[in-house]
Amino acid sequence: MIESKNNLKAWLYLAPALILLGLFTFYPLFNAFFLAFVKDFNSITRSTHGMDGYAFVLFDNFSRVFKSPDFGQAVKNTAVIMLVSVPASIITALVISVALNSIKRFQGFLQTVFFLPYVTNSIAIGMTFAFIFHSDYGLVNMFLGWFGVNPITWVGPGASWEAGMTALLIYTVWGGLAFKILVFLSGLQSIDKQYYDAAKIDATPRGRVFSKITVPLLSPMIAYITITSFIGAAKAYSTIIGMFGASLGPEGNANAFITFVGLIYDALEKGTIGAYSVAASAAIVLFLFTFMFTLINMWVSKKRVHY
Amino acid sequence: MENVNSNNKNYRNKELMAKILVYTFLIGFGLFVILPFYWMVLTSLKSAEAIIAKPPILWLWPNEWELSNFKDAITAVPYFRFMLNTVVVAIFATIGTIITTVLAAFAFARLEFKGRDTLFMFMLATMMIPGEMYVITNYMTISKIPLSGLFVDGGYSLLANQTWGMSIIALTLPFMTSVFYMFFLRQSFKQIPNELYYAAKVDGTTDFKYLLKIMVPIAKPTIITITILNAMGTWNAYIWPRLVANKEIFRLVTNGLRGAAHVDELGRPIFEEQMAATLIVTLPLLIVFLLLKKYIMRGVSRSGIKG
Repeated sequence: MIESKNNLKAWLYLAPALILLGLFTFYPLFNAFFLAFVKDFNSITRSTHGMDGYAFVLFDNFSRVFKSPDFGQAVKNTAVIMLVSVPASIITALVISVALNSIKRFQGFLQTVFFLPYVTNSIAIGMTFAFIFHSDYGLVNMFLGWFGVNPITWVGPGASWEAGMTALLIYTVWGGLAFKILVFLSGLQSIDKQYYDAAKIDATPRGRVFSKITVPLLSPMIAYITITSFIGAAKAYSTIIGMFGASLGPEGNANAFITFVGLIYDALEKGTIGAYSVAASAAIVLFLFTFMFTLINMWVSKKRVHY
Repeated sequence: MENVNSNNKNYRNKELMAKILVYTFLIGFGLFVILPFYWMVLTSLKSAEAIIAKPPILWLWPNEWELSNFKDAITAVPYFRFMLNTVVVAIFATIGTIITTVLAAFAFARLEFKGRDTLFMFMLATMMIPGEMYVITNYMTISKIPLSGLFVDGGYSLLANQTWGMSIIALTLPFMTSVFYMFFLRQSFKQIPNELYYAAKVDGTTDFKYLLKIMVPIAKPTIITITILNAMGTWNAYIWPRLVANKEIFRLVTNGLRGAAHVDELGRPIFEEQMAATLIVTLPLLIVFLLLKKYIMRGVSRSGIKG
């Protein structure tokens, strides 16, 4: 009797959250899988085009994702962002954190400075970076000019893919540092000082202390950051809008920097017949991809991570 | 004796060198982090002539500041109106989120009921799913809420003939709860000793009163952190408002930045005006951060939201 009363009460407390989650999280999840298999989905009639109900297909919507004209470009851009920006920002953040942890004076101040990129708007800062990389009035070309390098068109009309991607990657690394430094530093501060004292007595060189003490003891944080960063980079989108605008590319070369998530929103905003199914299929592929990363990372860190 | 002395001196010299290196490195990277902010502020204060100066002007005295850029920016795009929309959306979404997550977290932390752990695991699992998977269906839901047969025939659209109130509902409704914050609050609630609960029970306090008078005040730091993170999320929201705010004046601050505004008659960007706009959008966030640094950094290091 008491238990069933308790049961009812618990569900009452849960009800507001569950209703909202049901409508905006659980149902959309189910519906994404449903849409991915509907033939010619018409977003206005909410049925298969020209029919009252639904007709189903097996892989058509998925193959439309793979065959879409921007698919290759999107995969290439997303892969480059993941493979370059993630390791670069993790290593940079790690070195900065170790350096920060070794000092006393100005530590708090510098920590605040390094955290600033986190609290900014990725579109606003993307636009600022675009101007820093401006071919005529930008800081980067001025700096390169001191070394006799001719002005490079980084993000403006006529920018090459390599130049635009370089600028985008620098911005991405800049934006990714804050969170990583915060996590690494709090990890470093929780490492027992005894290890370092022992190393000091043995006069162990700094490099060895770093690779044999710091990195192994920090490995849970490194593993966690690696997973979240890869997933975050796989979903890159607003950084590109910030830097290149809603056309996702320099003027005259729209979609040059489209990412996988860009494909999803492109389809969703088109809203043509079947477009929602393409968006849903692309979202499912993205989910499977990020999920695979989570699994691989969990497996690798089980083997390597030192707790 | 002499030998020991010189060794000691050598060691101290080495330490000093290392210190200088570490500080140089940190200050160098600190400047890299601050540079975009500086460039944003500087550019927003430049006159049209100063913008195109070559090499770029790196410093402006106050008498050279062109404050009219800010006036131009808010004339081109109604940022203050967007800020009002953003603040209203942030308030409603945050109040909703706090109510639903506090109630649900209480049930998960304090009450015993059938299927509690299974349900909780199931909810946590949804955190691995990329938001892009929800957006498609949520957009469909908002554009045609399936109330067919209940109140309106064929469904009610929050997008057609949109009023301000409707836009606020469309912008907030899917964000009135959060699995992550539920998890975050549950952790805080679980740290409250059981004895407090039993003592309150003996005194005849109801569960709801106990939650409101004891648990919520104790978990106040967590609730403050949730409020700030939620408000920051709304401030940076770009994609959802672009999809569902159907009239220009209903949009949120970030949407104004990468619209068609801030360009001259030929469609070329007016950089000083653009940067004034990005500063208008960035500044409130930075002020909030500097005032509430402790809560934000604590919350972020425990959350890992934002890719």
